[in-house]
Amino acid sequence: MFYREAGIYKTSYAADQALFRIPLDRIFVISVVLFAALVIPVIGNEYWLGSILIPTLIMAIATIGLNILLGYCGQLSLGTGAFMAAGAFLGYKIATAFPWMPIWAVVILGGLSAALIGVAFGLPSLRIKGFYLAVTTLAAQFFLLWLFQKVPWFVNYSIAGVPTAPPREMFGYLVTGAEATVEARYLFILAFTVVLALIAANLVRGRIGRTWMAIRDMDIAAELIGIKPLPTKLSAFAVSSFYCGVAGVLWSFCYINTVEATAFDIFRSFSVLFMVIIGGLGSILGCFLGAFFIFLLPIFLNSAPGWVGLEVPTELISHLEFMVFGALIVFFLIVEPHGLARLWAITKEKLRLWPFPY
Amino acid sequence: MAAVQGFEPETVSDEAELPDREVGEVVLKLENIELGFGGVKAINDVSFEVRKGEIRAIIGPNGAGKSSMLNCINGFYKPQKGTITFAGKTMSAMDPHFAASNGIARTFQNIALFRGMSTLDNLMTGRVLKMNRGFFWQALRWGPAQREEIEHRAFVETVIDFLEIQSIRRTPVGRLPYGLQKRVELGRALAMQPSILLLDEPMAGMNVEEKQDMSRFILDVNEEFGTTIVLIEHDMGVVMDISDRVVVLDYGRKIADGTPDEVRRNQNVIDAYLGVPHED
Amino acid sequence: MLEFWFFIEVVLNGMFAGTMYSLIALGFVLIFKASGVFNFAQGFMVLFAALCFVGFLEMGVPLILALVIAAAIMVAWAFAVERFVLRHLVNQEPIILFMATIGIAFFLEGFGELLWGADVHPLDIGIPDGAWFVGPDGVMMVQQFDVAAAVIAGGLVAVLALFFTYTRIGRALRAVADDHQAALSVGIPLNQIWIIVWAVAGLVALVAGIIWGSRLGVQFSLSILALKALPVLILGGFTSVPGAIVGGLIIGVGEKVAEIYLGPYIGGGIEEWFAYVVAMLFLLYRPQGLFGDKIIERV
Repeated sequence: MFYREAGIYKTSYAADQALFRIPLDRIFVISVVLFAALVIPVIGNEYWLGSILIPTLIMAIATIGLNILLGYCGQLSLGTGAFMAAGAFLGYKIATAFPWMPIWAVVILGGLSAALIGVAFGLPSLRIKGFYLAVTTLAAQFFLLWLFQKVPWFVNYSIAGVPTAPPREMFGYLVTGAEATVEARYLFILAFTVVLALIAANLVRGRIGRTWMAIRDMDIAAELIGIKPLPTKLSAFAVSSFYCGVAGVLWSFCYINTVEATAFDIFRSFSVLFMVIIGGLGSILGCFLGAFFIFLLPIFLNSAPGWVGLEVPTELISHLEFMVFGALIVFFLIVEPHGLARLWAITKEKLRLWPFPY
Repeated sequence: MAAVQGFEPETVSDEAELPDREVGEVVLKLENIELGFGGVKAINDVSFEVRKGEIRAIIGPNGAGKSSMLNCINGFYKPQKGTITFAGKTMSAMDPHFAASNGIARTFQNIALFRGMSTLDNLMTGRVLKMNRGFFWQALRWGPAQREEIEHRAFVETVIDFLEIQSIRRTPVGRLPYGLQKRVELGRALAMQPSILLLDEPMAGMNVEEKQDMSRFILDVNEEFGTTIVLIEHDMGVVMDISDRVVVLDYGRKIADGTPDEVRRNQNVIDAYLGVPHED
Repeated sequence: MLEFWFFIEVVLNGMFAGTMYSLIALGFVLIFKASGVFNFAQGFMVLFAALCFVGFLEMGVPLILALVIAAAIMVAWAFAVERFVLRHLVNQEPIILFMATIGIAFFLEGFGELLWGADVHPLDIGIPDGAWFVGPDGVMMVQQFDVAAAVIAGGLVAVLALFFTYTRIGRALRAVADDHQAALSVGIPLNQIWIIVWAVAGLVALVAGIIWGSRLGVQFSLSILALKALPVLILGGFTSVPGAIVGGLIIGVGEKVAEIYLGPYIGGGIEEWFAYVVAMLFLLYRPQGLFGDKIIERV
């Protein structure tokens, strides 16, 4: 009733192809972004900004990365953590080797280095499909982490092996490292998130996105249409690893403030995979929903017993967390393989008619 | 005419009224093609050529090597022997990208649409080779990329109009019924603006109305766009009525080649495939 | 000469580690063959089975009884997986099923630790622990434990091979693997078949878990170790029982030899990734694995 398409006429293909075809959607998304940029830093406290929003937004970037590869191009990767680590370590090398470089450029270059590595590990995808490919991405996961831990060059021969993130400024404000204010870090990350999400949305609905989806849905037919499988898959690997790399740099520089391999182990890869599945394969919106859901769930599980007056040992909670995660994954796959994004779409369908039944 | 079994769509009976097609020079030539899988010979020393603007049918019993033939033409299978001449090049095997970028499009026996994408996106995918704005503009989706997208959208809309599938523009093709999926697949091939269109059993599994529609689309494509068509079909009524020349394969060998009338009278074909006509 | 005997010892060590990988890979192959499901949870089933077994032992339950109870739990687990997961995912794409097994894996891990705690549980079921010394002057050491483990693994493989080839259930299993719908249409009860393979895979996991556990203690790292079975599968091909064995041996020997002869030069610890990289390079050369069939693609 209130949310509807009827009466909205489009008179040009440009309007018909717009990112948000319904004005209400556009207004909604713009107001969310404005709210996130203007209101949240003012009302948010240290805990909400620093421990919840910052990591969630960074994970959303990584989730977009994996979703491009898995949801749009159909290539399963279990090496997300390694590509994040590649961004973090190479970003650190770049930042320390060129101290004059603006921090945004460091983040982008870190992402680009991760993209190069992603392309190298994407090469087998020409001949290897499905699960076989998933196992070869495990090679990236274990090999890269081993490399970053064993070769002291990557951490500038730091004695402890875990260097702290270099502090860098933007517009006169510190945005990385432990001394930066939480608001500055949050806005820095938010800017990256918004721009990267927009670029991803543009890519997936243009020519490149269609070649990815064609490979995903029917690779043989795609090839016979003239889509070259290798460049297409490699471009997906490159873009995906770029996003993961950027997320890795931000994670190290703006969240944990140290550059360490253990932050990007195989469980990081899995948690990103869960965010993709729960959020929705092949949906940019879903990446945000999935990231929030997976990140907030443990926090909820930790505090929920307290709200109803129960004392539950933390160890028990952490076991329960695993169980609930696992059960939820299965539940989502059974009920709605397209995840939260599809549930959202269904809600919108319902809203069109509400409050009338038909 | 009536000697051949199978249904004859009404639309095709007006073939006589069609203007004489411009059947021109040879555009595709296959010579001594041989293809085997392990010990099995799917195609054995087959040669034929396709002329510009004609409707060329390939017929034969199941397993005669018809689909394999199409697969060789657009480069999915690499023949072990023989040559393919196309677009001024003589090759031992076609490269799929070369075939597509020089105007060979096809549909598949078992529908090979991109199931997760909408009808519109499927058709737009057919335009991929003709779009060339780089990554940068795509990411911004602004300026040249936007103009290019609109330009191709306009062309795709003409295909949508031609095939009368406006109402399913935004439906994911996985949800469409079989007949419409076949039509969308034809649309995807047409969106490529092919010079040669390969159709692998475009009417298999269709009911009478759908067959009529499809025959009409094939003839219209051939006539309006001058597209050369290579067609595999089991419905003899359709094949004999709409095609200009017919190749007959049996057990991977070519047993006849000629106009529908010649083929129908050919003793080998009658023995192998058509069966003995009752009035003889 | 000493060098040579040392090399042999390294190779043998690798082979014994390899049999263990094979044992886990075998569980994967069983489920993949019979249901087309790539069961990521196999490693976690190994951990879970071992946890149950050692848990009952620590409660003072006699060895045989603990074994029976653990086996019963694994069978019950198979029923639960079929009832709550697989039944609802018939005819879904393989990738969806695969991700469901990742969910199962997480659930199982949380469940196992919830029941039995996250500590390392030492396990001793009386497998001989001494060593034989062979070669001139006894320069080469062979762990009796390794030999026993290899014998058990070999026996299990033989039994399974016979089961698959010669029983009616084995034939039905192969039919289901080829095509769910076709199998259903000739009257093979899909649900029962799934329960059977998951139960058998659970029992294999129990054996693997007990052997690994006796050597390393029953602990969380078992499930990570079990991931090593993945490159083994790649080498051997997902559907081949002999492939799982040979692949396991190659990976086991390869990583031991690499660690000892190559490791010192590039910093050690290469066992972590060596198997995966070998598998990846191998796949580039032969995408269908050692024993897998070449796939002819059709359109």
